[in-house]
Amino acid sequence: MSDLAAKTARAPRNTGRLLRTMLPALSMTLILLGIAWLNPRAISYFGFSLMLNLAIPIALATVAQMFVITINELDLSIGTFVGFVGCVTATWLHDAPLVGVLVLVAAIGVYAGLGALIHLRNLPSIVVTLGMSFVWQGLAILILPKPGGSAPEWLTGFMGIKTPFVPFPIIAAVVIALVVHFALMRSAYGAVLRGAGGNQQAIGRAGWSLLKTKVIMFALTGTFGVISGMALIGITTSADANIGNGYTLLSIAGVILGGGEFVGGRVSPIGAVIGALTLALAASPLLTFMNIPPDWQVAANGVILITVLAARALIGRKGG
Amino acid sequence: MRMTKLFATPWIWSFIGAVAVWLAAVIFTGGHGAGGMITAALSLAVFTVIVGLGQMFVITLGPGNVDLSLPANIGLASAVAMKTMDGNDGMIAVGLLAALACGAVIGLANYALIRLLRIPPIIATLSSSFIILSTDIHYGRGLQIKPPQGFADFANVQILGIPILGLFGVALAVLAWVALQKMVYGRSVLAIGQNMRAAKLAGIPVERVRLLTYTLSGALGGINGALLAGYFRGASVDIGNEYLLSSIAVVVIGGTSVAGGKANVPGIWGASLFLVLLLTMLNTFGVSAGLRLLLTGLIIVGVITAAGGHKAGR
Repeated sequence: MSDLAAKTARAPRNTGRLLRTMLPALSMTLILLGIAWLNPRAISYFGFSLMLNLAIPIALATVAQMFVITINELDLSIGTFVGFVGCVTATWLHDAPLVGVLVLVAAIGVYAGLGALIHLRNLPSIVVTLGMSFVWQGLAILILPKPGGSAPEWLTGFMGIKTPFVPFPIIAAVVIALVVHFALMRSAYGAVLRGAGGNQQAIGRAGWSLLKTKVIMFALTGTFGVISGMALIGITTSADANIGNGYTLLSIAGVILGGGEFVGGRVSPIGAVIGALTLALAASPLLTFMNIPPDWQVAANGVILITVLAARALIGRKGG
Repeated sequence: MRMTKLFATPWIWSFIGAVAVWLAAVIFTGGHGAGGMITAALSLAVFTVIVGLGQMFVITLGPGNVDLSLPANIGLASAVAMKTMDGNDGMIAVGLLAALACGAVIGLANYALIRLLRIPPIIATLSSSFIILSTDIHYGRGLQIKPPQGFADFANVQILGIPILGLFGVALAVLAWVALQKMVYGRSVLAIGQNMRAAKLAGIPVERVRLLTYTLSGALGGINGALLAGYFRGASVDIGNEYLLSSIAVVVIGGTSVAGGKANVPGIWGASLFLVLLLTMLNTFGVSAGLRLLLTGLIIVGVITAAGGHKAGR
């Protein structure tokens, strides 16, 4: 609890701080209540399995984005990267597993290299990753010019697991959130990694290698991007070079919805996963139940983002 | 001495890059269409220059400031302009004004989100782009709306081989340079980008300057939408898609600091020509779509790496 207290030490009142921490969960509860009110039948094992079908890859991509945001960078290529991983998964990983694994490991290596490049040359990550988004998309089109391919059977089997009582996507989300939470928020080195975003100079002067923190965070982004792409193909069973394009903006929105901030190493893995689930729930099920015409479905995402952030600003003003 | 001074300027490298890719394309074709390539590049580069200038002012405001709503803005403004003109030559000026107003309102709305709701600019402009996109889909019904003949002809006019849009782009860049270097507004933008607190304490109306800057970026996006629809003879929802990357890329390649407080106008032109000629070159080489994307990405990353980062402000 001590680092949470330190983080919000400027807010004098406890209620504001608590409200702010609870905001991601609160907004998801509101969305769920909306769904339950509009269509009670959706609140069931099968309802959740259907509604959260695509939430896992989104949550993984959001966590990937969260790692770079922790160190004050941004990855605008995560969407096309997920698409690239998807294409590799549906082709090489299926036909020649060893080649597939090697390519995916190499891709994570590229991410680690980008982290080093950005740190050593002091480059703006926005532009580097925008450039990389073209690279990943180009590679995806070269690997899979037309939609198709097929997922490895073990992968579709894993993503299709029928767990008792609680649907698989919910269990997966909880596991992802807790694993990342304990690694990043509760471990000693996790504090150093977050510190590299909070106060770079302090971490540097304390003798930690800043280069190493950047490389590790970018490699983690690559790793979770790979898992996200694989999970996506495990659900869709075939790939398309453009399959992940929407994930870039969704992942950034998810991190911010989940209470993360662009600067200062202030992020929340649990919040990020909740933010991703909220967006996944709001994106289609809620809108379909509300009979919102397809024209306005994209706008609804924007409205949700603005509403939650406005609420956060209001709470922040009261608390501080 | 003069030469070394010239090479030390941050924008010269983008022009050198532009000439290099042009030469590569010309050598490949054996000299065919060398002039035509420049003419086409001048017209196409203007669209990137227009939004690039708006984005440059926004990015110069300091870390975190960026306008991600430009693609959606361009799409909506192109539809607004074409619907207002309604194929009628007499309505061209009104249509252009409508597009300008539409863009300016979007810019204002972005600023309102940033200021009133204290949303970071990236998320504010991203959320507003979702709403603008939906409005455009609803308003334009996803159809291609044709421009009046007179406007389409005007957008494609050339004077002595120089496209009229190119001249417009140069005039706009000169205006932007004057605004940045010689006017209180531009100096204020630079001061805010260097140190917002110091600027505020020095009595600069920080919030008014930020409001103006986001409105300016929106208005330039709006005008760009109208001109694009004229040049390509039709408005569409995705007409502005490529300008998300290119508007930010030309700012950075052109020597403007992403950390803010340091802007460069000539570099916007150089970088825009470089990006357009790069595509021309890859097209003349006849590479496939996938390879073209791959090479574009690698070259952008390569150029950024070569240009190097500027030392961080703090």
